[in-house]
Amino acid sequence: MLWGVQRSAVWEQGFRGATQASAVLVVAALVGVFALLMADGLPALQRFGWGFLLATEWNPVTETFGALPAIYGTLVTSAIAMLLGVPAAFGIAFFINELCPHGLRPTLTVGIELLAAIPSIIYGMWGLFVLSPFLAAHVQPTLTGLLGPLPGVGALFQGAPFGIGMLTAGLILAVMILPYVAAVARHVIGDVPPLLREAAFAVGATRWEVFRHVLVPYTSRGLLGGVMLGLGRALGETMAVTFVIGNAHQVSASLLAPGTTISATLANEFTEAVGDIYLSSLLALGLILFVITFAVLAVARLLLGRASPDAAS
Amino acid sequence: MKGCFRALAGAAAMAFYGTAALAASSGEITGAGATFPYPVYAKWAEQYKAQTGIALNYQSIGSGGGIKQIEARTVDFGASDMPLQPADLDKNGLIQWPMVMGGAVPVVNIPGIGPGQLRLSGPVLAAIYLGKITRWNDPAVAGLNPELKLPSQAIAVIHRADGSGTTFLFTNYLSQVSPEWKAKVGSSTSVQWPVGLGGKGNEGVANFSRRTPGAIGYVEFAYALQNKLAYAQLQNRDGDFVNPDAASFGAAAANADWHNAKDFHLVLTNQPGKGSWPISGASFILFHRVQDSPNRTQQVLKFFDWAYHNGGQTAQQLDYVPMPQQVAALVEQAWKRDVKTADGKPVWPAQ
Repeated sequence: MLWGVQRSAVWEQGFRGATQASAVLVVAALVGVFALLMADGLPALQRFGWGFLLATEWNPVTETFGALPAIYGTLVTSAIAMLLGVPAAFGIAFFINELCPHGLRPTLTVGIELLAAIPSIIYGMWGLFVLSPFLAAHVQPTLTGLLGPLPGVGALFQGAPFGIGMLTAGLILAVMILPYVAAVARHVIGDVPPLLREAAFAVGATRWEVFRHVLVPYTSRGLLGGVMLGLGRALGETMAVTFVIGNAHQVSASLLAPGTTISATLANEFTEAVGDIYLSSLLALGLILFVITFAVLAVARLLLGRASPDAAS
Repeated sequence: MKGCFRALAGAAAMAFYGTAALAASSGEITGAGATFPYPVYAKWAEQYKAQTGIALNYQSIGSGGGIKQIEARTVDFGASDMPLQPADLDKNGLIQWPMVMGGAVPVVNIPGIGPGQLRLSGPVLAAIYLGKITRWNDPAVAGLNPELKLPSQAIAVIHRADGSGTTFLFTNYLSQVSPEWKAKVGSSTSVQWPVGLGGKGNEGVANFSRRTPGAIGYVEFAYALQNKLAYAQLQNRDGDFVNPDAASFGAAAANADWHNAKDFHLVLTNQPGKGSWPISGASFILFHRVQDSPNRTQQVLKFFDWAYHNGGQTAQQLDYVPMPQQVAALVEQAWKRDVKTADGKPVWPAQ
């Protein structure tokens, strides 16, 4: 009996140690990645200085590197993805929670969540073989024809309709972030006390007014958290983007022009990067992405953390 | 504090298991590097294992990674699509030798023009990739193709987006035939392209070329043959227009002057000789000059010896070009001369 107690005490200690080790490992890995990116990216940052962030040249032959095209492409494609993906995700969440016939609800929910289960390489291939020819043949000529001649906005829709470029990449990303944003939105909207919306309907509010003036203000922080999760995903997505963005180190106003993103550049060039400064510049790019993504996720956590007491009260 | 110690001990235990697993698998020959020759190295490894029972594990992590791994001695050999400069080899105590050959082929998408019909010259190809020739009926292109009716279509330039040995050969060739290309762009596994779209891998370039009317791209020789793409003829150094096929690649290899190339530093672009395909090159193996374990070293070299003598047919089936026997003999002489144990004894030939 006593022996049994001792053994369970040892087991308990061991179990504690193992779980603590796992937790320490996670932090160690995070710190390790950051330290490695810092250490290995430092030669490039020292050589090019702050100019690294603003230079547009990316020339492996002369070993002159600048991060701006990759940063620009990352931000623009993510912005397109948010602009198209977030409203659609909110619409889906609202529809499933408020308007959808009960029988259809599980099917729709599973369908949306399955989108998240598709490997990103499949999105890439679908983008390359299906979406991009379709855009090249039907959508982009219309865009350049209708919007191209307009002053201001027109600059966004110039150039030959290759079906490849930042717009295509943004569209793919919009589909990819949809399930994440929709899932969070569905949960936070589902958590709104029925009393609130019934009261609103009782005083004669329309569905739009309930959505706009009751659900959105009540859940705004949770929704923002979902948006940030989607943004984090869009910023870091690699494979699908590489296939359709055209991989050109250039900063163009036109969304139809090819560009590149940080993660696409890393995926493309890491394997054959010979030479210390080249490799170091790629790792410095990785560091920049790390910092951007870290900031986005930190903001998301902050917003989600604040949102939960609201939802509970 | 005590908790922290336990945590560290747990982490150490995990790390220990990791190393134990690594040590267990060290009986096989290991190599890492270039992606381009991976299919043929993998096939050779499979056949060699069936015949001798000795396994070879080749990881196609890219030439850059291969160079790093062999410098750190974590693998028995490294592989690179780009030959290293003799000075870099000396610095790290390495030798290199060519193992298998391939090349790059320009492919086009012009309505009504099939494989082997369009003729291009090096300077014209360079001008297209510099963005100076922008239409297919440009006099420079039309002058090479008096029999073809070329449309006034815009040329869409396609290149590889990922770093690759194919890009190295292609840009190395353009640097040789166009001083302007050499000055403005240069040659490497990836370069700053003046114009065009980047596709990922051979399949990305092929896909963009197939889909975009007026496109020109370049793909690996094997890929162009297997997918029956509309390749172009190229004018070689002797002024002949040649088709990319096993014969023209073989001609480029046979005419190459390996004998006088220090450390086998030779890129087979723009080689002399009638019938030579101008964009071909070898993939290289990197190996340490000083080896601690003669037995293991012999085992590794025996594999390459076997591949030179018995791997030719396999290479051809996969649309690579095997190294000519006289080049293999030169390589084995270099092993005998350069690969030594720590106390200076030669390791090759194996007893």
